[in-house]
Formats: sequence, C-alpha cells, structure tokens
Amino acid sequence: MIKEDRKKQDLFWYVLVAILILIPFIPRVAANSFTQHVFILILLYASMSQAWNIIGGYCGQVSFGHSVFFGIGAYGAGMAIVKYGIVPWPGIVIGSLIATVVAVAISYPCFKLKGHYFAIATFAIVEIFNRLFMVWYWLNGALGLDYPMLKVGWKNFVWYKTKIPYYYGALILFVIIFGIVRFIERNRFGYYLKAVREDQETAEAVGINSAFIKLAAMALSAFLASFCGAFFVQYNFRVEPPMVMSLHVSMLFVLVTILGGVGTFFGPLLGAMILIPLQEYTRVYWGGLGSGVDLILFGFLIILIMVRQPKGIMGLINEFQNYRNRKRRRIISTEAEIN
Amino acid sequence: MLEVCEVSKKFGSLVANNKISFNVEEGSIVGLIGPNGAGKTTLFNCITGMYRPTSGRVSFQGIDITNLPPYKVARLGAVRTFQIVHSLKEMSVFDNVLIGAYLREKNTEKARELTEQCIEICYLKKLRDNRAGDLAIGLQKRLELARALATNPKLLMLDECMAGLTSTEVNESVNLIKSLRDKGITFLIVEHIMEAVMPIADKVVVLNGGVKIAEDSPEAVVQDNRVIEAYLGQKYGKKCQLNSKERGK
Repeated sequence: MIKEDRKKQDLFWYVLVAILILIPFIPRVAANSFTQHVFILILLYASMSQAWNIIGGYCGQVSFGHSVFFGIGAYGAGMAIVKYGIVPWPGIVIGSLIATVVAVAISYPCFKLKGHYFAIATFAIVEIFNRLFMVWYWLNGALGLDYPMLKVGWKNFVWYKTKIPYYYGALILFVIIFGIVRFIERNRFGYYLKAVREDQETAEAVGINSAFIKLAAMALSAFLASFCGAFFVQYNFRVEPPMVMSLHVSMLFVLVTILGGVGTFFGPLLGAMILIPLQEYTRVYWGGLGSGVDLILFGFLIILIMVRQPKGIMGLINEFQNYRNRKRRRIISTEAEIN
Repeated sequence: MLEVCEVSKKFGSLVANNKISFNVEEGSIVGLIGPNGAGKTTLFNCITGMYRPTSGRVSFQGIDITNLPPYKVARLGAVRTFQIVHSLKEMSVFDNVLIGAYLREKNTEKARELTEQCIEICYLKKLRDNRAGDLAIGLQKRLELARALATNPKLLMLDECMAGLTSTEVNESVNLIKSLRDKGITFLIVEHIMEAVMPIADKVVVLNGGVKIAEDSPEAVVQDNRVIEAYLGQKYGKKCQLNSKERGK
C-alpha cells in the first residue's frame, strides 16, 4: 500500500513539474507580467517554506529565526554586486555558507531548549540580527544595498524587461529544494527527523544522536533558505534589513507551511498557492491601504483550518482520501458478499 | 556481559540506588524485581545513559558505558524499552519499527526487509499500516519490543513490557522472549508479573528501597524471607514453595 501511494505521489510530482515548466507558454501568462510576478512569488515562497519545513515540519523544531538565514543569503548576493561589482554567484555561495555556520552556531545553544522555549529563543535572534544589520556600516546599515544598472542575463542573474527567466530561476530553486526534501523524506535521515520530532527519548534509545540530527537539519534548512534570499534580492534589485530580516518574513515561512500542512511534502506549495495570490491581489486592489488585509484573511483561514485539522490543508486532503478509500473498500467487500 | 558495579544514584538527599552490583551473563534472562519505588527504573536509566550515576561503574562487554549518552549505548547493542510507552504516535507501526532497523542497516530496502521480519516475529503484521498512537497500550508495548528488536541488539532491556497485558498476551510475550533468548539475545527484564518472570528468568535481582536485597535463582529467591516480606507477600511465597515441593516430588 505504501508503495502504491509512493507511485501516485511520484506521478503527481512529475506532472506538476511538467505543468510548471509549461506555464509561461500560456498566452495570458506570457502577456501579463503581473501574473508572472505572482507565479514567481508562489514558487519562491513555496521553496522558502519547504526549506523551513525540514527543521520546523519534519524535525518539529519550530524556528522563527529563518529570516536571518534568508537575509544573510540576500546580503551575500547584494554585497557581491553592490560593494564588489562582480557577478552575484560567489556572493551567493559565501552567503549560504555563512548562513549555515550562523545557523549551527545559534541553534547549538538553543537546542538545549525544548518546544516553545526554542521558538521564543529564535524570536530573539531575529531582533538581534535585525538591529545588527541596521547599524552595520559595511553593509550600508539601514540604507540597504541598491543595485546599479547591470548587464542582463544569467551571468548577473538580472533582467529588466522580462520576468520569464526569473520564473525559470525560481522553478530551478523550487525543483532543487523540493527534490532534496523528497529524497530525504524517503531515506534514513527523513525517518530520523520524524523520530526526533515524535519523541526524542525513543530516538536516543534506538541509537539516534538527536542533537546531531537537529543540527544537521537546521544547517541544511538554513543553507537552502539563504538561496531563496539570494533569489529574492536579485529579483527586487535592493535589500535592506527590514525587507529580509524581520519577524514578518519569519512568520511567512511558518504560516505558509502551517496552512499547507506541517511536515508534509506538498504542504508548503499549497500554502504559498493560497497566501501569495491573496497578498498580491489585495495589494493591487486596495493599494497601500490594503497592506495587512491579506494577513487578516490569511490568519482567519489558518484559524478555520487549524480548528478542523491541525495538519493543514494536506491533512484535510488525506482525511478525504482515507474516507474515500474506506468507502471503496466497503463497496468491494459488499460486492464480494453478494457474489 | 553487563556488569553493574556499586552504582548509586542520588536525587538531592534521596538515594534512589545505593551501591547496587550485579552481572548479566551472556545468553541469560535476568529479572529485576521489587516494589514500586524500589529504584528499578532509575537503575535502568543509569545503565542506559539516560541518567549519570552519582557513583559506580557500568560496563557492557568490557566497555565502560557509565558516562556514555543513550544513543551510544544503543549503538553498542544494549537497547531498552520504556515503562511508559514512547511510541512515535503520528507514524505507522511499520515506520516505528523501521526507525529501529535503520540503526544497523542504512540501505532503505534492506531496512524494510528487516522491519517486515521483526513485525512478523512480534505478531504485529495485521497492524503494520495502523497509526502507532491508535494501538491499545498492550500492543504499543509490543511495538516497543519490535522496535528495539529491529536494532539487532545483543542485550535487550525491557522495562515492564508486560504490564497491562491480558494473560494470553503475557503468554505470547513470554514465548517470544524465550525464542529470542534461544537466538542469542540476552535479557534484563523489569517486571511486576511474577508468573511471567519466574519461569523464564535464570536469575532474579530483587531491589527494595534502592538497595539490592537478593540475587539468586528464582527458586531460591521466592524462599528468601526478606524478599517475601518486602515484595512477594506471604501468600505468593507459600504458593511458590508448594509448587517447588511438588516439582521436587
């Protein structure tokens, strides 16, 4: 039965990727840069949230500190271009490595805390980094980094007139991050993550070094989140601390995943598919007045779904599938009786 | 195989274990009994590295494991189950056992095969796709045993794995333990159900108030006055004495 489910999931995944590759060819999307923008953000937020899902969902350590890693990744790319005037790639690599090191360094002491206390500690860390980056002269402090005009193309990873290459960039990021999580989910590491989430003592009792597993998950999660940050800055041509390193950004990581389904593979994508259109379309219709309307609606949705099913939308879908399977089995068994 | 040497554990001024020593020989089944609060679980925690003993030494196959963290003790081959079940509730029965199997087998396919075997041995095959949290408590205890078994242990330490089971289930578990012993696994069992421990144990260690009051074969232990007074009670002691006399005839 598990194998059957997996085959179904595999098929769904390949079809999904194929559809995503073809989306820019839909004429309505190709002509409308706003629609493209929405699709790009969906993919970006899905990837970000999936990165968070590794530690927050599969491993069960709810971190509100991911905007720090996201921000470090963004600053990595930004510094390479603005301060050093080179292509962003070395900056992205260095940024992601720094993000990983920072993640390990701050979570090592924080993992001594359990449950809510860990979450609260990570809250504080965002504030610390936000203040630090605001006054750090080398990083232009609160002014942030503004991109100069650059030559367009994959080398600089900037385009001004079209968004299609950004879409494919986001899609590559999406496929890589989702691919990694899919691989993890089916192998030893994924099962160990879940074991640590469910019960740390049991995990230790069967030979799992839970401290190491948590640190590894955090490192991987931060590493991937920083790539999303780098994409974000390349897309916006500017970065300043509140844009990337704030509780607001951290909350997005968490909320998107919670709405879609914590610790599920497709959850982050589902969450992003709901939040981003909500956010972008309310912004368009209400302009500046509407900032926050999306979060009001989103918060309301989360409350609604959580009351019914704490595993988010994926939980609802699974419930429905189980219900249908049971019904089908009942039909088969009654048919067998009749025959 | 396992040597517990003068282990003491103090919580503040409370002495939970006071200089307890005993050995577990390879291939044997050792029962650890005593009234509630005698320090059995504390001793277990000291052996498996969940607690650090205040003083004393624990060694397993000649390796000092006194200060090793629990996961290292488990990797050496001394695996425990818990008195209060610690199932991974959200995961299926199969996945629960798979977690154990991954300790020795990194390849997923092979780990799955091993898991199937362990599930079958522990009579859990029908339940393999159920959510572990949905099982009755007795079955969850057996699931703990299956998970520990999947790690391919040399020494299995069971903390009241039969409490709350029906007598049929107790019999199944007893038979299971016997057959596993025949396959070469050594057992250290904490148990309250005398009918389960006495017939299979090669040796029984009795604790009371944190002190070891007896260590002997089951037949000898049931005749020990201190043990009868502290734990078994007059009735059970007499019953056992009668039984052994009948057997003698």
